[in-house]
Amino acid sequence: MSTYAPIAPRPAPAAASGWIGWCQSNLFHDWKTSLGTVLIGLVFLALAPKFFNWAIVDAVLNGGHEACQAAHGACWAVVKEKFRFMIFGRYPQEEHWRALVCTSMLLSLILASCTRAFWKPWLPALWVLVLVMYFALMRGGVAGLRYVETDLWSGLPLTILLASLSMVMAFPIAMLVALGRRSGMPAIRSLCTVYVELIRGVPLISVLFMASFMFPLLMPEGFNIDVLVRVLAGITLFTAAYMAEVIRGGLQAIPKGQIEAAATLGLSYWQTQRKIVLPQALAMVVPGLMNNFISTFKDTSLVAIVSLYELTGAMGMAMNSDANWRAFRVEGYLFIAFIYFVFCYSMSRYSQWIESQVNKSRQR
Amino acid sequence: MSKPPSHPPSKRWSWRSQAFRSLVYQVLAVAVIALLVLFLAHNTATNMRQRGIQSGFDFLLGTAGFDIGESLFTFDSGESYLQAYLVGVTNTLRVAVLGIVLTTILGTLIGVGRFSRNALVRGLCRMYVEAFRNIPILLQLLMWYLIFTEFLPAMAEAWEVGPFFLSKGGLNFPIPVWANGHVWAAWGLLLGVGAAVAWRKHAWSKFIATGVPHGMFWMPLGIFLACGIAGWLLGGAPTETNFPIRGEFSVENGGSLTPEFLALLIGLTMYTAAFVAEVVRSGIQAVPQGQAEAASALGLSQSHSMRLVQLPQALRVIIPPITNQYLNLTKNSSLAVAIGYPDVVSIANTAINQTGRAVECIALIMLVYLSTSLATSVLMNWYNARSEIKER
Repeated sequence: MSTYAPIAPRPAPAAASGWIGWCQSNLFHDWKTSLGTVLIGLVFLALAPKFFNWAIVDAVLNGGHEACQAAHGACWAVVKEKFRFMIFGRYPQEEHWRALVCTSMLLSLILASCTRAFWKPWLPALWVLVLVMYFALMRGGVAGLRYVETDLWSGLPLTILLASLSMVMAFPIAMLVALGRRSGMPAIRSLCTVYVELIRGVPLISVLFMASFMFPLLMPEGFNIDVLVRVLAGITLFTAAYMAEVIRGGLQAIPKGQIEAAATLGLSYWQTQRKIVLPQALAMVVPGLMNNFISTFKDTSLVAIVSLYELTGAMGMAMNSDANWRAFRVEGYLFIAFIYFVFCYSMSRYSQWIESQVNKSRQR
Repeated sequence: MSKPPSHPPSKRWSWRSQAFRSLVYQVLAVAVIALLVLFLAHNTATNMRQRGIQSGFDFLLGTAGFDIGESLFTFDSGESYLQAYLVGVTNTLRVAVLGIVLTTILGTLIGVGRFSRNALVRGLCRMYVEAFRNIPILLQLLMWYLIFTEFLPAMAEAWEVGPFFLSKGGLNFPIPVWANGHVWAAWGLLLGVGAAVAWRKHAWSKFIATGVPHGMFWMPLGIFLACGIAGWLLGGAPTETNFPIRGEFSVENGGSLTPEFLALLIGLTMYTAAFVAEVVRSGIQAVPQGQAEAASALGLSQSHSMRLVQLPQALRVIIPPITNQYLNLTKNSSLAVAIGYPDVVSIANTAINQTGRAVECIALIMLVYLSTSLATSVLMNWYNARSEIKER
């Protein structure tokens, strides 16, 4: 007869929660993971103090270029010294407030357009109004304001203007081209296809070259268009081709039954597109459109090559024009890179938020 | 008495007929576009005549009169514009092909790294992607170029790692001295490709017949390399190598890459790799977990499950967007003009400034990029069609 013998209790399970548990499962799970953790930690320990010293301890925050040359660390004073030149570029110094007001106006309009409360029928009218005010104030020549030629517009205001305007203008073109690529009429379909493939096949810089070198030749005599407008047109046509492909992706995802049902109800082609297809398709492609906007925002840096000085160009001009500060270009570049990063990163976060909003209807 | 029902009138030429309307729309669209093109062409012709601008591609045969910093074959300023263009095209292709290879490797590593068990690796990969894709490529190129031209030591004090030298003058590295034996080795490798493909076919049919996989990967690779080595030995096994040496003011001999080329290559690779990493990540995420579970239930090993089940399905998702990234890299290589690498755009830019033939030069740029883009998409579409789901 066997006697009762209790078996030993099982050991408690490894902690899966709390920071110790997290470290165990994420940093020291097995020997490979631990090795990776240790290696990365060592590299970090080797580099971090150096970087910390360079960026903070030895850095020069205030002072002239002599102080910077004497120091071992980063020269953040250059950002302070050249701040206005980097941000506003060649725009006349005493008129900077105008560029500031205009840009904040445009930015708040863009931000407002991103929130649900403003998705109303009067939003386009508000855009037109703000743009008229923008150009009046920025260009001057009215109400006693000094006239500022468009080739003096530069820096961050120009970047924001080019990116947002080209995006807004490209949208209707892109929508028509996307519909055209899916239309049943062979001639229209092939025209749209040729346009999209042609633009997507060439780099933006060649389109910009075309806008700045070739455009004057294409226009009738005595018909001169401002370089800013030409470049804007170039970027718009370029963006529209990419955007058309994004929208086409959304159109393709609409089940054919939707269109057939609309036809059964007696809706015309445009009614079908406006009331049935586009609302569903556009909601689906919002994240794609946001990506498009981010890349347009980054692409505006290319206009520096055709001598319009947006953020990158203004920074280059600010740094290269002053021999005293030329040695500290890295800090200037890092500052500009940070500005771009803040803009692009917040846009991509917004795109993720809107993606979750759009997907709400599909989640249960 | 009722009349027999009459047929509705023929609507062929009526505005109510959809066919007729669409015909009208198409004719209108084509006409508008044709008129626009005619108008622009007419303006261009008039403007050119008035400003005394010559047109035509005959300038291509004229003397270029400028030097090019680097080229795969020798070029001097006495040669024609056509030659200069060829140099530009080869320079573009060189940086694009190398960049595509490197970006694929780096991007795949980072994309896979986002699934690592190690939180530090995951975090670093995420940081890399966010940092590099949110800063314009032009700014990144300028920064790399600045690093190469300002922070590296002068050539006389070049950093030395083994036979490699890194300095403001670029990278110097050993290259084998060209000999006839290398031609033999190349022929050997070519033969090796054929032999390896033949072996792989044989092994595959055996696998289908018996179900035993045997020498599917290492054997073809071995055959390929063995043929190459055999060719090299047959050619007399040339081993002479040109090593770079430190001279008085600069590093001499050996092969070299200019700082412009390196800045462009590194900048393009790092930027595009961030996008490729995202593509790879979403591709892997798109394969349902059940596929891996089903594979392991069938008794497939981890690596077989990855190679035969998961990867082929992930590739199907990955290929179209990765093609786009390759094309983007090629197109972004046109930014070389900003840092002075003589690619096709910067040479065309010089040619525009010298000859004033803007239309022709821009047309040539577009031709080069369009044909590369089309060639790449044809190739990738072919591969995509191969890896597509075969439906009825």
